[in-house]
Amino acid sequence: MSDASTDVPRYRELGLTDSEYALIVEKLGREPNAVELAMFSLLWSEHCAYKHSRKLLRRLPTEGPRVVMGPGENAGAVDVGSGYAVAFKVESHNHPSAVEPFQGAATGVGGILRDVFAIGARPIAVLDSLRFGELDSVRSRHLLDGAVRGIGHYGNSIGVPTVGGEVYFEEPYEHNCLVNAMCIGFAKTEDMVRAAAAGVGNAVVLMGASTGRDGIGGASVLASAELGEGDDSKRPTVQIGDPFEESKVLECCLELLAKGLLVSLQDLGAAGLTSSAGEMASAGGVGIDIDVATVPLREADMEPFEIMVSESQERMLAVVEPSRVDEVRAICDKWQTGSAQIGVVTDSGHIRILKAGEVVGDMPVDALVDGCPLYDLSPAAPAAWVYGNRATLAADADSAATLLALLAAPSIASKKWIFQQYDSIVGSRTVRRPEAADAAVLQLPESGNAIAVSIDGNGRKVACEPFNGTVEAVLECAQNLACVGAEPLGLTNCLNFGNPEKPVPAWQLDRAISGLAAACEELGVPVVGGNVSLYNEGPDGPIYPTPVVGMVGELPDPARTAPSSFAKEGDAIGLLGPFAPTLHGSELAKQRGELEAGLPEPNVAAVAAACATVREAVRAGRVASAHDVSDGGLACALAECAIGAGLGCRADLQELRERGCTPEEALFGEGTGGFVLSGDRAELEALGARVIGEVGGTTIELAAGDRSLVVGLLDATEAWRSLDARAESVAEPPADA
Amino acid sequence: MIWGVLQFPGSCDERDALHACKVVGGEARLIWHEDRDLGGVGGVVVPGGFSYGDYLRPGAIARFSPAMEAVAELAAAGGPVLGICNGFQVLCEAGLLPGALLRNEELRFICKQADLIPLPRTSDVDGPKTQAGVEFSAHQHEGATLSIPIKHGEGRYYAPDDVLDELEAKGQVAYRYAAGHNPNGSVRDIAGVRNERGNVVGLMPHPEHAVDPLTGSTDGRKVFEALEGFAG
Repeated sequence: MSDASTDVPRYRELGLTDSEYALIVEKLGREPNAVELAMFSLLWSEHCAYKHSRKLLRRLPTEGPRVVMGPGENAGAVDVGSGYAVAFKVESHNHPSAVEPFQGAATGVGGILRDVFAIGARPIAVLDSLRFGELDSVRSRHLLDGAVRGIGHYGNSIGVPTVGGEVYFEEPYEHNCLVNAMCIGFAKTEDMVRAAAAGVGNAVVLMGASTGRDGIGGASVLASAELGEGDDSKRPTVQIGDPFEESKVLECCLELLAKGLLVSLQDLGAAGLTSSAGEMASAGGVGIDIDVATVPLREADMEPFEIMVSESQERMLAVVEPSRVDEVRAICDKWQTGSAQIGVVTDSGHIRILKAGEVVGDMPVDALVDGCPLYDLSPAAPAAWVYGNRATLAADADSAATLLALLAAPSIASKKWIFQQYDSIVGSRTVRRPEAADAAVLQLPESGNAIAVSIDGNGRKVACEPFNGTVEAVLECAQNLACVGAEPLGLTNCLNFGNPEKPVPAWQLDRAISGLAAACEELGVPVVGGNVSLYNEGPDGPIYPTPVVGMVGELPDPARTAPSSFAKEGDAIGLLGPFAPTLHGSELAKQRGELEAGLPEPNVAAVAAACATVREAVRAGRVASAHDVSDGGLACALAECAIGAGLGCRADLQELRERGCTPEEALFGEGTGGFVLSGDRAELEALGARVIGEVGGTTIELAAGDRSLVVGLLDATEAWRSLDARAESVAEPPADA
Repeated sequence: MIWGVLQFPGSCDERDALHACKVVGGEARLIWHEDRDLGGVGGVVVPGGFSYGDYLRPGAIARFSPAMEAVAELAAAGGPVLGICNGFQVLCEAGLLPGALLRNEELRFICKQADLIPLPRTSDVDGPKTQAGVEFSAHQHEGATLSIPIKHGEGRYYAPDDVLDELEAKGQVAYRYAAGHNPNGSVRDIAGVRNERGNVVGLMPHPEHAVDPLTGSTDGRKVFEALEGFAG
């Protein structure tokens, strides 16, 4: 089978290797026809088959007493008590967003929402993790603007609040931005549903939007290959989202599940009907026949293969007992959304595609879904720092100027410009709005408690050392949860890396997954789901390796959470935890153009102990505020606490110098395990915190030997708020984007 | 009083409104957009969201729903009707309130807390009949501000100058944004208006998201309470 114009075999154009194609021929006992080849090429793509990551992912701990659903389902879920569960998952939509940021990001949100309501949970919150090139790049501002509008368009319109997230701006993401969306859902545990098809003779019903030609080849062409020149031509592979349609499908599915009318439910995402039908059949150990002539279409003349691989959005596939089909379709009508019986569950163990009764494709499920070979990587550590360095801060900048430059860094500065474009309150659960605390807090009146959610992943640190950097990402989330009094229940992740067939990205992926596994193991936090996005490379090379970690924790009383900002004048400021900052991978090292390989190994057990202390103190109301020390070090953490409160502060960082830090490391060094607490002096000391200063005044005064500084609170505020104006200067997209 | 909260395809804040109605003391139930009969509720909330995906114009399709016919009858009979955000847009499209809501001046969706100044009605014809309503009127005269969140992309209130003059003269401006709090470029800082009788009120801010101290302020309760006096 070949394309006459290029002599490149069709299977290679679709992303399959010669040996993979040979294996398909062997498993079928014949050459695949066009329909079958299209379906194999998608399900055997990196995006669907995880062929370069699945072996590594087996290292992750996935079990725990609170796990209700683990990896393999549409989303993971943990028990939050009183018969309720919280479902969550994070997924990437990187390449579509790099090609068309508005629709790419919008459909990223739409996709993750479907994953969550597919298991019967009502979506109650969205968080986003975004990465762009430096903000002074026109392309980056264009992508930022489009992605933020897209996320807002979808989330706002469907009535699910966007309650948090994080954004970094770094050169290596210039051509390959990252858009990861995380959704949280809430359900009665007994109402949740799995995706496995069951019951030979049961009907397969397609619900929601009709099927068109959009997004054909998205998973293979776009998601499983590097970006490069001529990506314009890939724009038709980006799907178009319609949040109104999804809103109707969401309510419809939840009503169907509440009435017990569905045997199983699955969303249609990457690879459309091919993957949802294939995965439902595989999970249930059955076969499925689909007649493409019964699929409602947007264009009458679509080919069978197009119908099977279309990634048209806002569609769900359900297995329904034949006697219930009419009732199901009546509820779809009520919600003014489409429904059609398109197939039947069989005992053949095959996926058969028919067109008005005539068989046009016939493949064993195990070959199609589970037959893709899994590859070992050939990792090799780089000899040195493989990314660039660009100095933006004068080498002789004094401490005050340095603090202002760090506060103004787009990755550290207030993200108000972004989160004000999102509805963060719909649903009446949002106890802590964005930037009010270290983690989003959502009350659950139904179960009488609350959850906290954090998402994090500093790619720069992972680039310095993938194992330790990934451990840091997990600990950052755990610390964020501790600051609002929450105990971790489970974790999801999205592993955004470069081309796994190259030795350095392979090494980064291998080390990062080991770090993730080690940190989760030691913290006792199970990984209940995740997503892998590889081939994130632009013309200048791979992105920073970016494992994005999303963590969900529980707190007993939503009224007992601490803000991150100081509370009142005269309160003591305490530093707690095994914080030993260095400049490795820090924002300051970046601004000085001094990034290099290497990152100290965090002490997970010691950080976990500090988290427990902070968590209990917050729950008991013993502290007035709690904030973890993160990007920009202790100086930035203190400044953030002060700016948020509109109160100055005075602190002596001598304590850190006693731990062997230089004055500069004490001010701006970064590392895990540090908490800034405020409150009553005796309480802080009783918690084991070292009191380092006091809240009050109109300046931020930090004593650190010969690097001591005084910065006016207004100047610090202006620097920290400066992203608003800079992000707003959106220009036309660059000519080649 | 029993409140009914309309639900259209694409409504987002109907469960929040339902909860808020219960918090302010009333019973409340959802009313499906296809129901021509309101089932005997005393007042109606037309909630926020994106009814019909905001296709055509916000509120332009929802206004034709059977439930809205019933709402118009309730309004004509003097029953309380509160339109919030998209619900305000629906009431304007339905001609139950004057004016229109245009895209925000900065052309972006915006979500934040805003201070509102409640404004009194000039006449007390058909005025508040309950204690809560009377207290609210007194409160309005004190000029205290309410802290209530806003979240919308198309909330810039507009009406021609002569209409605005008349609205102000008749005390039909129900809520203004406090100085520095107009988030969207609304003309004369108008956040909400009422009909001449005072029983139909629409506003862009979300009082249903300001009834629980845990999630923000409780000032929104006053917006609901102010209408309770119109219940028959």
